[in-house]
Amino acid sequence: MTFIAKPKVAHPSLPKNALGFTRRDYEGALSTLCAGCGHDSITAAIVEASWALALEPQNMVKLSGIGCSSKTTAYFVSGAHGFNSVHGRMPSIAMGANAANRALQYIGVSGDGDTLSIGLGQFCHAIRRNLNMLYIIENNGVYGLTKGQFSASADVGSRAKKGETNFQPPIDPVLLAMTLGASFVARSFSGDRQQLVPLIQAGLRHQGFALIDVLSPCVTFNDHEGSTKSYAYTREHYEPAVHADFVPLEREIIADYKEGETLPLVMHDGSRIVLRKLDTAYDPTNRTLAAAQIHERMKVGEYLTGLLFVERSENEFHQLNATPDAPLNSLAFEVLSPGAQALEKVLARYR
Amino acid sequence: MSPANTTRVNDFTIKIATVNGTGSASANTLLMKSIFRSGIPVMGKNYFPSNIQGLPTWYEIRITRDGHVARSGQVDIMVAMNAETYARDVKEIATGGYLVYDSTWPRPALLKREDITVFGVPLARLCNENFNGVRTRILMKNICYAGVLAALLDLDLARIRELLAETYAKKPQLVDSNMKAIQLGYDYARATFPCPLPLRVEQMTGTAGHIMIDGNTAAALGCVFAGATVAAWYPITPSTSLMDAFKMFADRMRVDRDSGRRNFAFIQAEDELAAIGMVIGAMWNGARAFTATSGPGISLMNEFLGLAYYAEVPAVIFDIQRVGPSTGMPTRTQQGDLMECAYASHGDTRHVCLYPANPEECFYMAVQAFDLAERLQTPVLVLSDLDIGMNDWMCRDLKWDDNYRPDRGKVLGKEEILKLEKFYRFIDKDGDGITARTLPGVHPKAAYFARGSGHTQYGAYTEDAADYQMVLDRLLKKWATAKKLVPRAVIDATAGAPVGLVSLGSCDGAIREAIDVLKSRGVGVDYMRVRSFPFSEDVERFLAAHQLLFVVEQNRDAQFRALLTLETAVEKSRLRSLLHYNGLPISSAFIVEGVLAELQPRQQVQPKGALRG
Repeated sequence: MTFIAKPKVAHPSLPKNALGFTRRDYEGALSTLCAGCGHDSITAAIVEASWALALEPQNMVKLSGIGCSSKTTAYFVSGAHGFNSVHGRMPSIAMGANAANRALQYIGVSGDGDTLSIGLGQFCHAIRRNLNMLYIIENNGVYGLTKGQFSASADVGSRAKKGETNFQPPIDPVLLAMTLGASFVARSFSGDRQQLVPLIQAGLRHQGFALIDVLSPCVTFNDHEGSTKSYAYTREHYEPAVHADFVPLEREIIADYKEGETLPLVMHDGSRIVLRKLDTAYDPTNRTLAAAQIHERMKVGEYLTGLLFVERSENEFHQLNATPDAPLNSLAFEVLSPGAQALEKVLARYR
Repeated sequence: MSPANTTRVNDFTIKIATVNGTGSASANTLLMKSIFRSGIPVMGKNYFPSNIQGLPTWYEIRITRDGHVARSGQVDIMVAMNAETYARDVKEIATGGYLVYDSTWPRPALLKREDITVFGVPLARLCNENFNGVRTRILMKNICYAGVLAALLDLDLARIRELLAETYAKKPQLVDSNMKAIQLGYDYARATFPCPLPLRVEQMTGTAGHIMIDGNTAAALGCVFAGATVAAWYPITPSTSLMDAFKMFADRMRVDRDSGRRNFAFIQAEDELAAIGMVIGAMWNGARAFTATSGPGISLMNEFLGLAYYAEVPAVIFDIQRVGPSTGMPTRTQQGDLMECAYASHGDTRHVCLYPANPEECFYMAVQAFDLAERLQTPVLVLSDLDIGMNDWMCRDLKWDDNYRPDRGKVLGKEEILKLEKFYRFIDKDGDGITARTLPGVHPKAAYFARGSGHTQYGAYTEDAADYQMVLDRLLKKWATAKKLVPRAVIDATAGAPVGLVSLGSCDGAIREAIDVLKSRGVGVDYMRVRSFPFSEDVERFLAAHQLLFVVEQNRDAQFRALLTLETAVEKSRLRSLLHYNGLPISSAFIVEGVLAELQPRQQVQPKGALRG
């Protein structure tokens, strides 16, 4: 397999965003994943969301670990730097990169193996640190590159392609993130573009750690009868609970939602998310109740989806660290190095 | 060294045996600093347990008018404050030496040595009579022995008061209570013993232009001055104080006065894997970043070090080596990570390593490490150790050149990017093996994909044999460039002898003293202290020019010797190892004995094994 560049041919009639870019400008290299892979749909959703938000490609940073999902950062926004690091350790690379330059938009793409097994520790601590990034898990319940072993998100009773049944309970990234205090927690399905695109937009605009767990069937190793992460099973068992419409700063909110059923949330940059509750009993602003409901539904095999929990966060890493607004990597050396006289003063203590 | 009962001014060793967590550290620092302030060169070594309170701890103070920086290997005065270690402490005193002990509880059975002088001071009783509260009495008992020593050695009490006043500037009542304890010990000793002893101190001017500082503090200062902005670490002895010091200095010198904003990010990671990941992420993104750790941390960082090597991302790592293998003895010193750091990670990897010999060099090498890492786009490991890192060393004043500007290496700015038709991350344009990199956020044309998987010189994923190998071979070219940039060895070939000592890091002080001793015994040796890996070109020349080479290092497996045989043309048969690895810092006596055992075997009464000293 070698690197395949996508030809950059754009039809003049393609719609342009505020920066004058077409969707093609947010694409990357050709995907080398299996035809029909859910991950490619997520890539397409990221392209759409980035285009719609009119992000400057060079101001985006794409980060990943190891696995099928982690390859996908090469398949979108070729004008952004990417870092395909080591297995399960993307959050620490993201933390360091973000510490160096807080002004960029960090998107991490990971998988259920990368996040919930080898990378579980770093995932938890990135949440705890409230690292300002969008973290997407492309969750298929299976290890694809090593040909079909169960991952830590495989459901009890799920059957592998070779016939083995999983008996260990899954680790659910959504419930975990809510427990750890994440301020933006969503779940979606790679086959539901209508739901996923605005979620990605909102996640990119959220200040703090934003998690989107996307059920993303593996067509090769986990799309058979008996699998609980197949296209068929997911379509049947996923329950949109809260729809999030992302309203960018420059667009007026058209109040066509009924009072009481919608909840507009103002993001830090002034843009808004309008939450539309599809399940009236569900409250995406109450961490405890929401978690309990997600858990209850999971017990009967249903996945609630949408923006499952959101709150404004005021304690992302740089706020707590009191770093200046200007990126640390842009500070002049004269500001950073105290100079000979200051050293002389320091040495007085050691005489 | 001459017997302890002859007059020896400013040239003897005191060892103090106490229990940790009882305030003895303050007493010992006070003693050492008052000697240093009297202009007398002094060395202090702390042998402490991996424990918070209640285990044996020792502090060795060597008063050395000749300015030696290593252990002498002899104890002339023992202050035995710990009943648990009393028996072995008494044994360690050199013939003609002195024992000071707490005679509140007499120990006649243990005072059997006829060849030493015993001074019993009822320290506990004195403090119980003069202070209230259990904790205070314990703390003051230790300050009290400092008063006894002041009388025995003829230390200036005014200087001690001055130091206490500086230490407790905000708590003046503590100055008085500490001074009271000092005076109690001082007066008792003056009234009871023949003060001062033949071993005593006399004012000198041998410390002008010098400071007493530990290597971790000096390295942290280096990081502040080098412009490091991202510090990520996971606590581990004996590296933690480096990060503590960085935080302390940065809080003082890196906070914007008007806004209160901090011009640095200080991140306590969840483990060493994350710590190095953060450093790599930050340096990839254009900040100067570092971490500090010890052997176990380096083991954990191996995978990431391989990534940084292959993806060509700068990183600076301080390894404050401690005793291994495994958890080993966390509070004892060793040079046991030489091999691990040189080739850390799987596949063909090799890393630039710097070997500071003392705190002064920790400061300068910290700065150099950032320049090298960014110039070479690769991790640089600074291999200090517990002895350098946590003990106070007398060293020359640190100097800063205000003309210094960081070498950020080949990082293309926006203007340069715009001039390019297309940017490719790994094309070597000028033949030094180093290729230009770009930072995120500058220009979409400069975007590239950093990866640990096989890649072409264009930065694209590959499984093509030739494309893969081309990049791997270019990395070797970069290694050859590194050889020219790293600090050269320090060579002393004044003896012009066929015999050479070869060493690195904290062995230096002991070796330089050993060379003096050998010279006084008619044995001239040359000396080379290697300061970096890859070995600079002068290393090869020195090795070739000497028939017999003693390789001195502080580990069991002769790791440095192994590196020399792997990376130079020297024949193994010309290398003799002198290996010191019991966890204590190497002493000059160990080296003298080792060299003489080889060169003058018949004159040796008994060859000493590696455990001695």
